Amino acid sequence: MRPSSGVPSNVTGATLAKDLRLEWRSKDAINSMLFFSLLVVVVFSFSFDPNAEESRQIAGGLVWVAFLFAAVVALNQTWARELRNQVLDAFRVSPAPANSLFLAKALGNFIFVAVLEILMTPLFIMFYKLRALGPAWQLIPVAVLGTWALVVNGTFFAAMSLRTRSREIMLPLLLFPVSIPALLAMVNATTAILTGELSTKFWIVLLTTYDVVFTIACLMLFELVLNAE
Amino acid sequence: MDVSPIITLTALVKQFGRFAALRGVSAEFAPGQLYAILGDNGAGKTTLLRALAGLAQPTRGSISILGTTDVRSVCHELGYMAHPSLLYDEMSGMENLRYFARLYGITDASRGAVNMTAVGLDPKLTRPVAQYSQGMRQRLSLARALLNDPKILLLDEPFSNVDVRSARAMVTLLAQMRGAGKTIFVVTHQAALLEGAADEFVWMDAGQITHRSRQLQPVETR
Repeated sequence: MRPSSGVPSNVTGATLAKDLRLEWRSKDAINSMLFFSLLVVVVFSFSFDPNAEESRQIAGGLVWVAFLFAAVVALNQTWARELRNQVLDAFRVSPAPANSLFLAKALGNFIFVAVLEILMTPLFIMFYKLRALGPAWQLIPVAVLGTWALVVNGTFFAAMSLRTRSREIMLPLLLFPVSIPALLAMVNATTAILTGELSTKFWIVLLTTYDVVFTIACLMLFELVLNAE
Repeated sequence: MDVSPIITLTALVKQFGRFAALRGVSAEFAPGQLYAILGDNGAGKTTLLRALAGLAQPTRGSISILGTTDVRSVCHELGYMAHPSLLYDEMSGMENLRYFARLYGITDASRGAVNMTAVGLDPKLTRPVAQYSQGMRQRLSLARALLNDPKILLLDEPFSNVDVRSARAMVTLLAQMRGAGKTIFVVTHQAALLEGAADEFVWMDAGQITHRSRQLQPVETR
């Protein structure tokens, strides 16, 4: 076990601040995600010409699949910076807790994907003429819980596939099957809110449970992944 | 006076698949000494250093550092400088050092500046590390390894791509630190730089320590 160095939140805070600073300077992740999502919105809007009712039925799936694929682009870059110049080794030889690194990376990815969602949602609404018939405010907890579900596993599996030769392929192969319950909950909850036909309670509870279980599992297992040779 | 070793290696084996990078290395190293680890490429020098740093788990055998075989429990007493810089290219020298200091729980903002100055770099440099020369990166990398004021310093090729004058200044700094009681391991191909400064030269070949000497001897007289 690693000895603790100071308060773990200090390490999380420092790592998160460092990642945000690096992203602000390079804009690698956010630009790639934005372009990818824009493409999805435009291509899908040309492929389908749904009326308002059809849009409400399909938008949940469309939005979350677009965000999932876009998030993979960012997640693949999460650890790339740490591989350049083998900076990850500097973390591994330090007494900083591995969990703090994981939490910082997951929070960073959450912020990047959340920024993407905030920027892209108006476009989705515009292109697909969306108007929620159910309680629209419930989209906020669904988005927060759903985004965390994507990034917590994504950050973990991106770290796992870090040392594999084709990590860009490995990440979706590992992430997508595990994300199916969360994706199902996100899509169904969003569709329920847009159509106003069903309650979202079950799906929000499912998402919350999923988040708790996978966050704990990832935090517990990350040190093994970090120190794997 | 009999001094108990600070590091003891017992039948240390490190395999990568079927390739054995370290083949039963047994050795003791005394505290407060400067050791130069020499040998050809592939001799196992870097693997030995990585094992001491806790970055490579031994396949067999054991490492005892500061009286414990749990290297991670004493990692705050180790400073490690690798062949790659272990630095973020997009950040300035001080930004790098400030971040790595936080990993050791160091909140003293002046520590990074002191270390940068010690290795001959200006803490006021604002340009990103990507724009540093290779020699400057090496020196900054050394400053990073010194951040936590470690008892044991593990340096992999610290003089590579460093001009002779800067390399000599680094050797002087290392000798001062040895004088202050630190134990230093330097993996290098430029052994001559450490002549007069190193307490012992340790030769490795094919994953084993083949020779230890107080003097730097030409290969053919070994």
